[in-house]
Amino acid sequence: MTPAAIALPSDVSWIAILPLLIITGTALLTVFADLWMEGPDRETLGWIGLAGLVATAVAAISLWNTHQSAFSSSVALDRYGLFFTLLFCLASAITLLMSMSYLETTDIRTGDYYSLILFSTAGMVLMATATDLILIFLGLEVMSVAVYVLSGIWRSQVRSNEAALKYFLLGAFATGFLLFGIALLYGATGNTTLAPIAASIGKIGGYQRTLALAGMGLLLVGFGFKVAAAPFHVWTPDVYEGAPTTVTALMAVGVKAAGFAAFARVFMHTLTVLSADWSSILWVLAVLTMTIGNVTAVLQRNIKRMLAYSSIAHAGYLLVGMVAGGESGGTAVLFYLIAYTVMTLGAFAVVTALGRRGEPNENLDDYAGVGFRHPLLGLAMIVFMLSLAGVPPLVGFVGKFYVFSAAVQSGYIALTVIGVLNSVISVYYYVGVLVRMYMTEGALEIPVLSSRPYLVAALLVTVAGTILLGLFPSPVFELARQSFRALG
Amino acid sequence: MPLLSLIVFTPLAGALVLMLMPKEQNSSLRRGALAFSLVPFAFSLCLLARFNSAEAGFQFTEQAAWIPQFGIAYKVAVDGISLFLVLLTTFLTPLVVLAGWDVHKRVKEYMVFMLLMETGMLGAFVAVDLFLFYVFWEIMLIPMYFLVGVWGGERRIYAALKLVLYTMTGSLLMLVAILYLVILHHRSTGAPLTFDLVQLYNFSAPLTAQRWLFAAFALAFAIKVPMFPLHTWLPDAHTEAPTGGSVILAGVLLKMGTYGFLRFAIPLFPLAAREALPFIAALAVVGIVYGALVSMVQPDLKRLVAYSSVSHLGFVMLGMAALNTPGVEGSIYQMLNHGLSTGALFLAVGVIYERRHTRLISDFGGLWQQMPIYAAIFMIVMLSSVGLPGLNGFIGEFLILIGAFQTHRVAAIVATSGVLLGAVYMLWMYQRVMFGPLTNPANKNIPDLSKREILVFVPIIVMFFVMGLYPKPFLSRMEPSVQAYLSRMHQKMAAPDQILQASATSRAPSQAELPAER
Repeated sequence: MTPAAIALPSDVSWIAILPLLIITGTALLTVFADLWMEGPDRETLGWIGLAGLVATAVAAISLWNTHQSAFSSSVALDRYGLFFTLLFCLASAITLLMSMSYLETTDIRTGDYYSLILFSTAGMVLMATATDLILIFLGLEVMSVAVYVLSGIWRSQVRSNEAALKYFLLGAFATGFLLFGIALLYGATGNTTLAPIAASIGKIGGYQRTLALAGMGLLLVGFGFKVAAAPFHVWTPDVYEGAPTTVTALMAVGVKAAGFAAFARVFMHTLTVLSADWSSILWVLAVLTMTIGNVTAVLQRNIKRMLAYSSIAHAGYLLVGMVAGGESGGTAVLFYLIAYTVMTLGAFAVVTALGRRGEPNENLDDYAGVGFRHPLLGLAMIVFMLSLAGVPPLVGFVGKFYVFSAAVQSGYIALTVIGVLNSVISVYYYVGVLVRMYMTEGALEIPVLSSRPYLVAALLVTVAGTILLGLFPSPVFELARQSFRALG
Repeated sequence: MPLLSLIVFTPLAGALVLMLMPKEQNSSLRRGALAFSLVPFAFSLCLLARFNSAEAGFQFTEQAAWIPQFGIAYKVAVDGISLFLVLLTTFLTPLVVLAGWDVHKRVKEYMVFMLLMETGMLGAFVAVDLFLFYVFWEIMLIPMYFLVGVWGGERRIYAALKLVLYTMTGSLLMLVAILYLVILHHRSTGAPLTFDLVQLYNFSAPLTAQRWLFAAFALAFAIKVPMFPLHTWLPDAHTEAPTGGSVILAGVLLKMGTYGFLRFAIPLFPLAAREALPFIAALAVVGIVYGALVSMVQPDLKRLVAYSSVSHLGFVMLGMAALNTPGVEGSIYQMLNHGLSTGALFLAVGVIYERRHTRLISDFGGLWQQMPIYAAIFMIVMLSSVGLPGLNGFIGEFLILIGAFQTHRVAAIVATSGVLLGAVYMLWMYQRVMFGPLTNPANKNIPDLSKREILVFVPIIVMFFVMGLYPKPFLSRMEPSVQAYLSRMHQKMAAPDQILQASATSRAPSQAELPAER
């Protein structure tokens, strides 16, 4: 092999990975900046991170009309990837804002925290923009390793250690499935790049087709684990409960959205030919995920566990969108992820707001009477809980509306009915939080909000997003539609 | 001037203003809420004055694109069917706010929820876009949930959750039906997606689809009405709700169910409705008799009134099921009557509950000696609810029975017994509360109505007499819309027969022509 053959591929384009470069650069910057910082306070790193995320978002927006494929077609600069890049920037930025207040109530005093958040975000961006299975795997690992560490970063807490170990062991196992699936698909099609796979997968038959189907099934397990779909969800409640609350928020939102980004790109675009095979599997998974998530959430006494099961349930609604398929289903999934991100981050922001040093106040009974004593927090929680329950005119309702209308359009009436009945179950536990906050008496003391400006900023953004996107969903829906169309 | 939007959103604006006010200033909060609930009433009087009573279709239409990708529009309008329900809402809300002077716990939030509630209810009555209707329909539920859950009685949390879960189950299935209908309309006509009610009225879905869709809509509305056997949430919600909540619940919220049948379920799916109407009539009659019988044995005043609602709303459904002019007009009229009478009954029960903190009939007796004004007012309210000629209730029930007698004779005859039973349980209750010796010492010093409380009752009582003695201005405004509605329904319900006949007749001549050609 001549040296020229192993040189860079002909389609090198740094522009195509500009958002990824900015965010990785920011992450590295925080690693080095940490070396020069004195004292226990690392807020500055949060600001650097925020600036980097804003820059990434600006880059993503300015590249909106650019469309190219680079690095041997392994990375795409398309609206689909940019849409998710923006989503991850939003999720990560709100997480950083929450963290800047939240870390004060914990023993986490290391600058690595901020770097890891940014590295995991870089991994998410890579997952959403990669068009090669190996690169998707790489992004998934960059994201996951950072999140494994983050969930165990509160070293003095046993449950944080437990969360990290559990997540790591099960996550590594699930990644194995994913990798094996990639190997089988490579065996079947001779490629790991998505476009050639898509081109050849319809033509193969015999044992190759069997290989491809087995590979598809294994990919499904790997992605199912990351998005916490039943029956691959069992890690979720323990990890969500044990990890620091802000990390839980990032996991619930960012990791899940990144999982769906790659999941939807591979299944709804590359493997559409096999949709007859995967859609019936996903149908079952969607029903299981929604039902297990919602029914188990009813029984929870800890708000983080409840939100963990709620996140499982929402993964189920998202799977309904994937089963529906086509442009309407894909657009619905993308919009739902935005809706889910905004309202879930908001709910976690309220959870962190109610905690104080040494008293996380994560039991639902701690919430007694909070609503009237802290009217603004209470109001925010009403908005988030009702939105998660799917009450109009909030964004959660619009998301469900899009998902279910896509399902009806594709003729999945039974699935839709199961979905809405699940929504009724979910009303019970979301409204249950409000019951405790407004209809029982308690004496929880928490620090005043005005002493935590970052948290207030996070709450404002999420409340505004939940209400405004619910009232005026069209522009974002149009963005989601354009983004899904970019898959081709 | 966007009159309807002003009516719908003034209370919302009021709620936002109230939220910004300091929560200690109870009296200015109350006055603010009253002012903000009087403004929509004034606007709705304008609406009444400018309403063209010769027009059968929708009036005051306002339309703006909302979610254009799905053909969803902000479209509001009124016709003769919804006009008076809007007025009922704007009329009752200020009275409820005024009655809410008795609320001393978290006044600010109470008033905010009341005003939000009004926006939700008004929006649902004027929406002529299915999506918009659904949004308002759900919005309504949240303030009611808080009103029951926070300001309610002992078992308030149970009652509030039951209310939410019952209603949500029905309405989410309705959402699926709405989606299915809209997509079916889009697929079969090739027209762009639309949630516009007027366009969907002109669409006839296949009979099988209609049956399912009607069932889903009917379930949502039947829970709200509530029709027997889906009524079990109502006594709990009514009993535990604070007075204002009960009044709004009985006065307006339950009308959503009957209005929903009239506006959506029946006209959107006429063929399925034609099959279902006999069953609806039967269930309505069961509700009438069952509600009345259960009322009779209630020891608790609020539960008694709650079950009487089940009975009275049975009449509303029976009139609707008759699907003729007296039936439907009587049904709409009875919606208004029930709103006023039952609203007033709950206000009246609220008065003594406020003073004695008990609702048990056995705790009272001989009250007229202590509270003569109250006794007089209560009597008029009670007689209106019973349907005494000269008062409003009589007109409604009479029209409904005339209508029902033409189409569902047996049902009408059985329902008449409900009128009789209604008189029995109401009069008996009145007798036990007001007459007899004043035995309970706790009632010895009970004060009569204050001026404010009298002020709450006077407008309602005036309306009892107006509607009882001179129903023409009301009926004449409903008439064109109801006539148009009925002729459209009968035409659409007859459609399959006509198609069969038409094909039969078209086949006949062709066979006849054949030999001639030869």
